[in-house]
Amino acid sequence: MTNLFILQLLNGAQLGVLLFLIAAGLTLVFGIMDVINLAHGVLYMIGAYLIATFAALTGSFWAGLLLMLPAALVVGLVIERLVIRPLYARSHLDQVLATFGLVMIVNEGVKMLWGTSPLSVPMPELLNGSIPLIGPLQYPVYRLAIIAAGLAVAAGLYVVVNHTRIGMLLRAGASNREMVSALGVDIGKLFSLVFALGALLACFAGAIVAPILSVDTGMGESVLILTFVVVVIGGIGSIRGAFLGALLVAVVDTLGRTFGPIVLRSVMEPAAAGQTGRMLAPMLVYILMAVILFARPQGLFGQRTS
Amino acid sequence: MSLLSVRNLCKNYGALEVTRNVSLDVAPGELHAIIGPNGAGKTTLIGQLSGQNAPDSGSVSLEGRDITRRSMAERVRLGLARSFQITSILPRFSVLENVAIAVQARSGSSYRFFAPVAQEAALNDAAMAALADAGLEDRAGLRASALSHGEHRRLELAIALATQPKVLLLDEPLAGTGGEEAEAFVQRLRALKGRYATVLIEHDMEAVFALADRISVLVYGEIIASGSPEVIRNDPKVRAAYLGDEEAA
Amino acid sequence: MSAFVQSATRRPVLMSARIWLALLIFAGFAALPLIAALTDDPFLMLIGTRILAYAIAAMALDLILGYGAMVSFGHAAYLGFGAYAVAILNSYGVTDLLVHILFAVLLSAVFAAITGAISLRTRGVYFIMITLAFGQMAYFFFVSLSAYGGDDGTPLQSRSTLFGRDALESDLVMFYVALALLIALFAVATRIVGSRFGRVLIGTRENPVRMEAIGLSPFRYQLTAFVISGCMTSVAGVILANQAEFVSPAFMSWHRSGELIVMVVLGGIGNLTGAIGGAVVALLLEDWLAMLTEHWRLLFGVFLILMVLYSPHGITGALERLKGARK
Repeated sequence: MTNLFILQLLNGAQLGVLLFLIAAGLTLVFGIMDVINLAHGVLYMIGAYLIATFAALTGSFWAGLLLMLPAALVVGLVIERLVIRPLYARSHLDQVLATFGLVMIVNEGVKMLWGTSPLSVPMPELLNGSIPLIGPLQYPVYRLAIIAAGLAVAAGLYVVVNHTRIGMLLRAGASNREMVSALGVDIGKLFSLVFALGALLACFAGAIVAPILSVDTGMGESVLILTFVVVVIGGIGSIRGAFLGALLVAVVDTLGRTFGPIVLRSVMEPAAAGQTGRMLAPMLVYILMAVILFARPQGLFGQRTS
Repeated sequence: MSLLSVRNLCKNYGALEVTRNVSLDVAPGELHAIIGPNGAGKTTLIGQLSGQNAPDSGSVSLEGRDITRRSMAERVRLGLARSFQITSILPRFSVLENVAIAVQARSGSSYRFFAPVAQEAALNDAAMAALADAGLEDRAGLRASALSHGEHRRLELAIALATQPKVLLLDEPLAGTGGEEAEAFVQRLRALKGRYATVLIEHDMEAVFALADRISVLVYGEIIASGSPEVIRNDPKVRAAYLGDEEAA
Repeated sequence: MSAFVQSATRRPVLMSARIWLALLIFAGFAALPLIAALTDDPFLMLIGTRILAYAIAAMALDLILGYGAMVSFGHAAYLGFGAYAVAILNSYGVTDLLVHILFAVLLSAVFAAITGAISLRTRGVYFIMITLAFGQMAYFFFVSLSAYGGDDGTPLQSRSTLFGRDALESDLVMFYVALALLIALFAVATRIVGSRFGRVLIGTRENPVRMEAIGLSPFRYQLTAFVISGCMTSVAGVILANQAEFVSPAFMSWHRSGELIVMVVLGGIGNLTGAIGGAVVALLLEDWLAMLTEHWRLLFGVFLILMVLYSPHGITGALERLKGARK
């Protein structure tokens, strides 16, 4: 039982850092640019497809990853320039519609370019296999590497956001947009940078998860909504909120699915518990969101807007 | 007995004391003006009276009932209406609808889903009466956004009147008007005097001294003097802190 | 919110112009069976019924999106409640259409009241994302409802019955029942918009602070409208289930919610008729693009972006600009 718990906790952490990588960009785009971007999930998918292609071309995961990064940056900049930039001054409704259109385009475009059958990305040799944790407990090295990579990026973001001039602008922009323009900063450039950075992080998440998932066209959809939940829980514009929100959502989701039925079994018949558990588990993160929002409508670290 | 009574109101924004121990009373039919230099905390004070922001301590009561913790909407329903310093209307409603919706808020339920509201004569008549009080009866059919600035100021007043208040809070009703327009507005307010207890915040000293029964002077969030226009005019503290410059000029 | 500029309190003349336009659309629908008979195309009735269902849903969404500035991105959930109300009651042997609608409305009212109360504590981007998340929550609930087929959904044994008779088994009757429901709900929505309640709802869209300052708290009116809209949408779900004789969580995916918003905006928000027209145009466009290429979604996406960038007020906006240009 304890072993299962530790195992699921690690799985939760792994999902958590992925969600954080995606949510970090999304929350900045929301907070600083006040743009709702439904297409953020497809960026994650693009990252996976890019590494699948580049890894196949070069025959190396690492080379693929290295090539993926500048490609992702270009994708982000192009999307920002063509679709997002004209939307800054528009209503949220317009942003929803246009980025919804973008989701359709990218999903279909990916199908046209790569076909509908899932791709796979080979596990890098270096990170293959499992290592023993406690006693008989083994855990895949690659998943640990994902956690480490995610934490490293989080730490990097923390340094950038809290100890650099760019970070100062980002923080200022998230809480008070007018102030940033008053500081004489080129808002257009800042926005492009934020969006491209967000796109890069989302693509990176998609790329590093590719070896343990099948790369298919639906993968952006499932994370998008979870990422929204993360951003809402953490508070729009808050990187710290995105980090804690992501871990919270991921751990609740992962543990809920495994232990929900087990916990319910103590109050119900096993069969009923199994069924109720399976029904409740996928809803758990949304219930969590509802409870948090009921207490704090602006999220855990959000600024209260009047 | 005073209709509106404010006791020991305090509010800080961080280290900044914007309202310091303010107490004031407004008797039925009385017009109580609050004056003070820019940054004296007049708008924050009216915000606390109207329920837009909450005081840190102290109390506000209307007809002896404590309303300190009531929301703005609840206060309006109890008879405490306000106008806004910066015009806040429903720009795409007609002038009449802007006022009729305020009448509607005070008469009968708004949970009526089928009867066409535009044809409710009682609402429209009451709205026309309030428009007449503000001198806008010939503008009733226009889109509210089409009015001039001065007319917007009068529409603010008409909307406040339409909620049938016991106490009116007027936040710089003359803001941005001048000359004849301001004079005409003062005449309207004079005509309404006595019908409502009024708290008037205004920069136009001429208007204040023409209208007020009582004046309180707010400086740095604190009432430094309160009394009849005559008393205030001659109060040395006031002259020093506030009117002094004007007298000297 | 620039997208809301088109609507609001119009001159009465224009209001009635919209109602005339709606009547014209209804007349067109009423004549559809004739065309079906002439062209000998039995599928036309099924396509027509589907369009009618979405017209109801889009109109219901317009009631809060257009008149209340509440961009709900979870409205497909109510389609699902409607559809599953039919499936669930059918499996218990309750087949009456009116009971199905009643049950759908009840489910939707409860869900809308709870999720609306939480969502409406927030504004703007938050509101959009939270309604989306709640919609997704409902989606996952039905995905894991294995008794009704889970992810795959479940076929209906039969369509709803009407006063004890299986009249709906005829596609023609079902089409006219759907049309009657659309017309009835359009009448209801039109009355609501012109009522005291409607005036307050529009007022909260225009200026919530002003509404508070005249003594009306926006929250309760917005929530009521949210519930009404959800309930109306569920009627569309009841029709859809009967049309397809099949229910599945696919009815309530977030893409569906997005499509509903597309319909409303395409027709021009805040005038009910536009939403109905938008549903017709969007679905026909989809079918037409799908005939051209299997990658029609790509074209539809491009169309959406172009519409937002160049004609943000939908068809109505484009028409009005044409009118303006001619003057």
